[in-house]
Amino acid sequence: MMTAMLFAQVANSQTDPSTGVFIIATVVKMVVIFTIYMVGVAYSTFAERRVSAWIQDRHGPNRVGPQGLLQVAADGIKNIMKEETYPGYASQALFILAPGLAFIPAFITWAVIPFGSPLPTPWGRIDLVVADLPVGFLFTLAISSVGVYGIVLAGWASNNKYALLGGLRASAQMISYEIAMGMSTVCVLLLSGNVSLNQVIAQQSQMGWNALLLSVAAFIFLISAFAETNRVPFDLPEAESELIAGYHTEYSAMKFSMFPISEYANMITASAMMATLFFGGWDIPFTQWDNTGPFTVLKSLATFAMFSSKVLFFVFFYIWIRWTLPRFRYDQLMSLGWKILLPISLGYVVVVASTVLALDYAGVTRGPMFGAVLFGINIVLMGLLLFVADRGRLVSPAYSRLDKRNVDKLRAASVGRSTLPRPVEKGA
Amino acid sequence: MTIKVKVLDRPIEQVSYVRATVKGLALTFKHMVDPHKVTVQYPDERWDISPRWRGTHRMLTTEDGKAKCVACGLCPTVCPANCIKLVPGEDEQGNRYPLVFEIDEFRCIFCGYCQEVCPEEAIHVGRHYENAEYSRDSFVYDLQRLTEQTHPVCEMWDPADQKGE
Repeated sequence: MMTAMLFAQVANSQTDPSTGVFIIATVVKMVVIFTIYMVGVAYSTFAERRVSAWIQDRHGPNRVGPQGLLQVAADGIKNIMKEETYPGYASQALFILAPGLAFIPAFITWAVIPFGSPLPTPWGRIDLVVADLPVGFLFTLAISSVGVYGIVLAGWASNNKYALLGGLRASAQMISYEIAMGMSTVCVLLLSGNVSLNQVIAQQSQMGWNALLLSVAAFIFLISAFAETNRVPFDLPEAESELIAGYHTEYSAMKFSMFPISEYANMITASAMMATLFFGGWDIPFTQWDNTGPFTVLKSLATFAMFSSKVLFFVFFYIWIRWTLPRFRYDQLMSLGWKILLPISLGYVVVVASTVLALDYAGVTRGPMFGAVLFGINIVLMGLLLFVADRGRLVSPAYSRLDKRNVDKLRAASVGRSTLPRPVEKGA
Repeated sequence: MTIKVKVLDRPIEQVSYVRATVKGLALTFKHMVDPHKVTVQYPDERWDISPRWRGTHRMLTTEDGKAKCVACGLCPTVCPANCIKLVPGEDEQGNRYPLVFEIDEFRCIFCGYCQEVCPEEAIHVGRHYENAEYSRDSFVYDLQRLTEQTHPVCEMWDPADQKGE
């Protein structure tokens, strides 16, 4: 909006490039992003191992290269060299297809995530996003839902009951949390009035980050993102204590490795979505320097660094959570998704929509004032949510507090009764 | 009949998932930044092993470099794993010495009975544990190999000094 007007006024390096330049620039961006992303995925596996080790008072892999930094290369070579096994009676075609199906959607999402302010070049202004789709946000939702096919197909094609159970769990879990996730992002779209991710970022740079304006939505999105990426505490599809390794039980070598890679890829993508939708994307907080033209290379680099640090923080947060929390039980997972997150997110959409409507009606322009009002309402709601969640009724009936009358009833019923059956007396 | 589940009426601070999560995150973060790690970087650094450690065997020698063993046959007799092979010999002066003395380190259970029973304090279990080999045959230590070992030997448990101080 404001930025768009500025673009129109400035010189050659700030205007839209010609078609030829656009195509070349897009190809270059694809290659660069793919490379950075692949390296990022590889190193997030390494980071997971190091951080988990530190949390458990160990050192982690620190032998291959300085600080163990070449460990990922060693792992990659090992996985490629290993023997591939195919289970008998497996559906071969789908068995081979499934890792790819899990792997590719995680990468495609990155096409629409903006990772820096526009870069001026002698051939025109290049947007730092591979494809600035007008429907960017809807695209990410659609593609992230496709990712579950890989897992379900892997579980089904393996001809193994544990793999199948893992695949079924994955599909049930993803469908459940997809809804809460979609609902929580509706609030973001209400504020930005657009589904283009660049517009979402522009809105946040004007009003303040959505994490402050829409904390409840951010909270729900965060939880749902954990469930969507099958990370602990929602890693039921591969719960090794119940399902061996879940959907990838029958996989070996590089095909197995594709599943962890896609998990980490999903994790980075979810972190990037979290950063873009709720933490301002590439916006640098407390300054408008980065949002206004004329754009320079320095601004591009600074915003890219900002975006990367946000993404890396969330990747770290994922890892941190994984080594802190135990896994949910299956009924707890379903109850959290359907009975808690979905109603809260639905109610929150209503609250945010009414607030936005009321503020627009009262003639408040979309800017810092608008944000401040939302922030105020949001603090109250967040406090309320945490208070209610803290009353011990959060997830499961087995951990919930009974009211006084029921406790008395239970105690009365259990008086004088052993929980074990009495032994049969001989000769009686 | 329905299953009756007793639910304890716990105080809120014990059942709150939110507080438990925050507390857990704080704890794991504290451990993450804590520079003290429990791992021993094995090939670079090692733990001190106990003076009573019973590891790889060692045959002590007299001043002229011969094994102290007099081939009395007590150690193969007492050995519960039956891992000592001893063929006694006798020289012109009537001194007994081992013609063959072999210990199969694979069969050995490192109980230390051989050291305890030895009247000449010849065979010992040692304070040493890194005895990897490329073949199974190499784990049968002959007399020459046993006498060539240089690691310190085990100090056996002493009833007068039960804690080994």
